[in-house]
Amino acid sequence: MSQYMLLLYAETVDEAGQAAREAELPLFAELHKSLREAGLLVAVQPLRSVESATSIRVRDRELEIIDGPFAETKEHLVGYYILECADLDEALKHAARVPLARYGTIEVRPLLPHEEWIAQARRAGTDDEAVKHLA
Amino acid sequence: VSGDPVSDAIAQAFREDRAIVLATLIRQAGDFQLAEDAVQDAFEAAVSAWRRDGVPANPAAWITTASRRRAIDRLRRAEAIASRAERLGELLRLDAQVEDEPMDDESTISDDRLRLLFTCCHPALALPARVALTLRALGGLTTGEIARAFLVAEPTMGKRIVRAKRKIAEAGIPYRVPPDDELPDRLRGVLRVVYLIFNEGYAATEGDRLVREELCDEAIRLGDLLTQLMPDDAEVWGLSALMLLHDARRAARVDADGRFVALGEQDRSLWDQERIAAGLARLERAIRMRRPGEYQLQAAIAALQLAERTDWAQIAALYGALVRLNPSPVVELNRVVAVAMADGPAAGLELLEPLLEEPALERYQPLHAAHADLLRRADDADGAALAYERAIALTTNAVERAELERRRNALSRRGRR
Repeated sequence: MSQYMLLLYAETVDEAGQAAREAELPLFAELHKSLREAGLLVAVQPLRSVESATSIRVRDRELEIIDGPFAETKEHLVGYYILECADLDEALKHAARVPLARYGTIEVRPLLPHEEWIAQARRAGTDDEAVKHLA
Repeated sequence: VSGDPVSDAIAQAFREDRAIVLATLIRQAGDFQLAEDAVQDAFEAAVSAWRRDGVPANPAAWITTASRRRAIDRLRRAEAIASRAERLGELLRLDAQVEDEPMDDESTISDDRLRLLFTCCHPALALPARVALTLRALGGLTTGEIARAFLVAEPTMGKRIVRAKRKIAEAGIPYRVPPDDELPDRLRGVLRVVYLIFNEGYAATEGDRLVREELCDEAIRLGDLLTQLMPDDAEVWGLSALMLLHDARRAARVDADGRFVALGEQDRSLWDQERIAAGLARLERAIRMRRPGEYQLQAAIAALQLAERTDWAQIAALYGALVRLNPSPVVELNRVVAVAMADGPAAGLELLEPLLEEPALERYQPLHAAHADLLRRADDADGAALAYERAIALTTNAVERAELERRRNALSRRGRR
């Protein structure tokens, strides 16, 4: 089993459009129930609207704060799932069940397993004590 | 054939056994790249071992064992591979029983090659990567040959293949034949990749010609493999028939000066009768299954085009069925041309009207060339001249341009008003 993150992207819509999307919440609830019962749902959470996004970067020890998302795109990140799946085919199948797939785009990405991350840290010379806190 | 028995034996094993060994080893080792490297190692080791000890009685078994041992060595060193201990245990167990190793039975071999084919053609890979990976893993082409065939630099193609294999491993693309509910869709995807390989070799006129013929041959071999692995699918037979029927005319399509020769003017004695017979037999078999599909329809059209007297009415009907299955203005244009051949230019011109108003086809050269031909046949020399001009302006291919100019100039000689 591996963990996959589904990143949900959608365009911002007007109030009527938003109301139409919210009318689909029972469909989401139904999907989450079925995923949870199958033991696949690790996490799910929507994000607040992109207007509330703030991005930061530190360059030469200077903090730069930017109003808005990392990149100006038509579709914005609006939420995510983490699912436990046997393989990519299973993850794609469940992603296609998310009602948002009909109007937005869902990016499916495997999470890097903790063991691999720890192995990376060891190869980079991180000591065992520090590695414990990494993941 | 080089005449050197060891080189010949290795070349033969590479052609006949490599894909089978690789397909099985990917399943056992659980890693595409590692299995491919191990098989590569085994073939390299064969060169010196077979020169020293002679060609083994069963080269395929030798390559299988050598590949497995190389995979074990590589797996011992590869810490990053998931479930490495299990994989290693499985390979060591297989290696221990090698003395009286029963060769894998036919169905296991078939299953492994199908797994490999479906993995290489997985829709989560970009289409060019699917094509390259399929040719690399199941065909016997080297990265350099694939690069030359697709007119890309070899390092670019190499990176494309490596990236695809890494995605298979990291994204967790499963190594299996899709379950029944996904199989029809996924099989269409596999057929599409095979047909794309064929067309790349067949339709393009630029590039290294030998390598391009190699692409047609590879696609036909893959089509053949699919008929063995999935004999119950009518479209599998349809695609195999379609490729054979087109390829039978390969030698007649280009004249001594490299110029394209239209179907009606081809030297029929150059057609490969054996391929035609094989293609027709496959088409028959497909049609008997009574599950029509686009490849069968195209194969049936290709078959009718081979007849001494072309039955245009039937070709038009087949294009009609194709349009219903796969609505596309390009296929509709082919239908209109066939109707005009069967019922005369007036019937064709009438059906062409809606296509001429289609914005997507405004710059589609074959539409304007067909329009010009129909106007010429309807004795509208002025209209035809205008349409030829339009078609010529849209042509990028020098051979086609020369042909269109020849037709336009013939118009004026017949006395335009």
